[in-house]
Amino acid sequence: MTQATPTADGYDRFAAVAGEYGIEPKRVPPDEVAETIDELATQPAVGTPLPWDGVTLPESVTAEPTMGALEEASTGVTAASFAVASYGSLVLETDHAGSEPVSLFNDLHIAVVREDDIVPDMAAAIDRLGDDLRAGRSSAVIATGPSATADMGALVQGAHGPRRVEVLVVT
Amino acid sequence: MSKSKAEHIRHLMATEGDAIGENTRGFNAGRYESVAKLEDYEGLKDRARAIKEDAIENLPALIEEVRETVEANGGTVYVADDAADANRYVREVCDDADADRLVKSKSMTSEEIEVNEALEAAGVDVVETDLGEWVLQVAEEAPSHIVAPAIHKSREEIARLFNAHFDPEAELESAAELTAFARERLGDLIADADVGMTGANFVTADSGTIALVTSEGNARKTVTVPETQIAVAGVEKIVPTVEDLQPFIELIGRSGTGQDITSYVSLFTPPLDSPTVDFDEPTEPLADDGSDREFHLVLIDNGRLSMREDDDLRETLYCIRCSACANTCANFQSVGGHAFGGETYSGGIATGWEAGVHGLDSAAAFNDLCTGCSRCVPACPVGIDIPWINTVVRDRINGGEDLPREFLVDGLTPDAESDGPGVQKRLFGNVETLAKLGSAFAPVSNWVANSTPAAAVLERVAGVARERTFPAFQQTTLVEWMRERDAVPPVSPDRKVVLYPDLYTNYMLVDRGKAAVRALEALGVEVLVPEAPGSGRAPLSQGMIDTARQQAEGVAEVLGPYLEEGYDVVVIEPSDVAMFRSDYERLLPDAEAERLADNSYEILEYVYGLLSNGAEAEALATTDGESVAYHSHCQQRTLGLEPYSIETMEACGYEVTTTDAECCGMAGSFGYKQQYYELSMDVGESLETQLEAAEADQIVASGTSCTDQIGDLLDDEPPHVIELLAPETETR
Repeated sequence: MTQATPTADGYDRFAAVAGEYGIEPKRVPPDEVAETIDELATQPAVGTPLPWDGVTLPESVTAEPTMGALEEASTGVTAASFAVASYGSLVLETDHAGSEPVSLFNDLHIAVVREDDIVPDMAAAIDRLGDDLRAGRSSAVIATGPSATADMGALVQGAHGPRRVEVLVVT
Repeated sequence: MSKSKAEHIRHLMATEGDAIGENTRGFNAGRYESVAKLEDYEGLKDRARAIKEDAIENLPALIEEVRETVEANGGTVYVADDAADANRYVREVCDDADADRLVKSKSMTSEEIEVNEALEAAGVDVVETDLGEWVLQVAEEAPSHIVAPAIHKSREEIARLFNAHFDPEAELESAAELTAFARERLGDLIADADVGMTGANFVTADSGTIALVTSEGNARKTVTVPETQIAVAGVEKIVPTVEDLQPFIELIGRSGTGQDITSYVSLFTPPLDSPTVDFDEPTEPLADDGSDREFHLVLIDNGRLSMREDDDLRETLYCIRCSACANTCANFQSVGGHAFGGETYSGGIATGWEAGVHGLDSAAAFNDLCTGCSRCVPACPVGIDIPWINTVVRDRINGGEDLPREFLVDGLTPDAESDGPGVQKRLFGNVETLAKLGSAFAPVSNWVANSTPAAAVLERVAGVARERTFPAFQQTTLVEWMRERDAVPPVSPDRKVVLYPDLYTNYMLVDRGKAAVRALEALGVEVLVPEAPGSGRAPLSQGMIDTARQQAEGVAEVLGPYLEEGYDVVVIEPSDVAMFRSDYERLLPDAEAERLADNSYEILEYVYGLLSNGAEAEALATTDGESVAYHSHCQQRTLGLEPYSIETMEACGYEVTTTDAECCGMAGSFGYKQQYYELSMDVGESLETQLEAAEADQIVASGTSCTDQIGDLLDDEPPHVIELLAPETETR
């Protein structure tokens, strides 16, 4: 298991590469996460729990959504397990709360990841995923930028998945 | 002969060629750019290759391991012998799920087994959710590319199709409008689906994870929404461990569409520990453990386990379906997968897949479109020798063909071929016989070959395009010229070279041979030009492997004694350098092939080496800033030899501009064939544009085919690089 070194290098590299996909990550301290999500989210918004101490969803985001709330929502907020600096990627893990559909169905996906959880490259990412996936019925999506297609004659962002992705990196 | 094939190709170039060309060239340029960012591209490719070699070697055990892992996770595994077996199983799963609708994400393997047709016959509505596949489902067309299936359709065509088919409230026009329309419509269809079917880019044996490489998010929805998931995958998709995915994740998008990584690399370990989605129950909480899910992994044999036993087709199973071999292929760029493809697969590696899963007939329909230019080999992330697979399959197709009984080619029948390749293949495969006759009867033979009646006969009998002129045979061959000239061998030469008299240099382009001799001697080298047989390139390109092997053995016999004596072998024709350095390992005993490969050099590579070791460029024909546009030869590039020509020209004072057209389009005899003449000229067009744009004082090229083709394109045949650089007079 490779652990990332929590350096500004990791964040800077991640932010620079994510920027190539139109994502501008925001670095925020734990106690400002809720407020920042509130500012970024377009309503209605749904979310799944952020699993770190002192990091919460704002009241404006419906936690524990119903099927109907998911369908109506414009924004989905989820945690990302970790990020891959060299690819600007987020690693989204599936869970019982429904993070997979919440990160997928809405126009805007707001992902929250800890700065300590930025790994340098794909080798480190896959190393970290190996044991998780072998533990059985655990799944992950390496997500880079918004969903996209070129099948309609030109590149369009926002195919079946989100049109836009915002990333909060928790310091 | 193949008039209908020529018409088919002409039609595709007119209707789909522009869209295919723009997209594939874009992907290909993106690949070069994206792989250049990797620190260790070659190392990643080597690892990917090693993983696949190992996985296919251990495939039976891996299939059992996957079965155990997936079953332990709560899923089921079915290994289907063939398409019918797979479809029967999938129908049963749909029956058990009472399925009215199955939604699919993109899967070539599902196209191979034609599961859509099988399910629709059983009353199941099948919806393709990949936007490109959906366009084709609406248009009732087949994919033209294995990764970007609707690559042949322009935005305007898709808009016309949707507006006519769906009659939307507001006319659809932009790509964004078309995408939004498709997203909404397919979103509704996915929401009501009972079963989701995906393919698999990779399956890991240790965790039972299905890796899906996508960008639209439709595969994620296809897996997440319905309770029942089916993944259809060829048995060759299994890799041992999760960790083995790393090189593939880094290579697949770069190699294919030139993306560093696609939007989503999903690593699903089904049945998912994630809630299913049911918008018909709006008050139900989303959260759930996914215990209502079921998962079926359908592993398809359909000929693959036989391919695994086949020494020549086995490598096909390493293919990760990235499409690099299609995008990098000059012919594919002109015609796309509707011509360069069989029942399911398209592009260079498709010959292996089609021969293995659908049979030789399906491969025979397009196998000739591979010219063996080899540009796909360095592009392939797992290093498959795709031209060799095409050659082997061509040889097998030849073996099944009836013997033609045309007097014209009786003398050209290769004794070694057990069965008969067609007249056209035999003519080009035995160009050596033709060259000997042509030279003996020159110049009469030149007048006859290029006379109107002879051109018409050649086209009718052997399918030689009448638009082409045959290269002129010379009365005095290079070997004869060397034998007859007055030259005193140097007393203590710096190096000793045997210059291989390739067929083109010896019989037709004798001047470039003389230039090579002058240049080498001016640099202090002793040069001998012995009589030697053809390299075997011509028969090999026609799939006549036995004949090629005989010629290789003849070459090794002639050159062997010189190698013993410490001579270096220098070759002018790049396609023959490629024979000595690469193809001979398939044709000769290992030690013999290795010795020849290690000691043979392309002429400019050798000159570059001499200059690097103290020889003076001043001994050559130098200039002060004259400009040159240079087109390197495809196989020369694959061997990494292009830089030597460029650097040597620069060392002699030339300003060099290079082309990046992957191939000139002539590719040996390909452009001479009547059914491919127009395609060949179409491929040549991008080269012509580049050469003209360079506005150089001189154009030079390295290969016989290239100089022929450029001559036809520009009405002026360019010289070989060595003719530009050789001193005008002999030094000895």
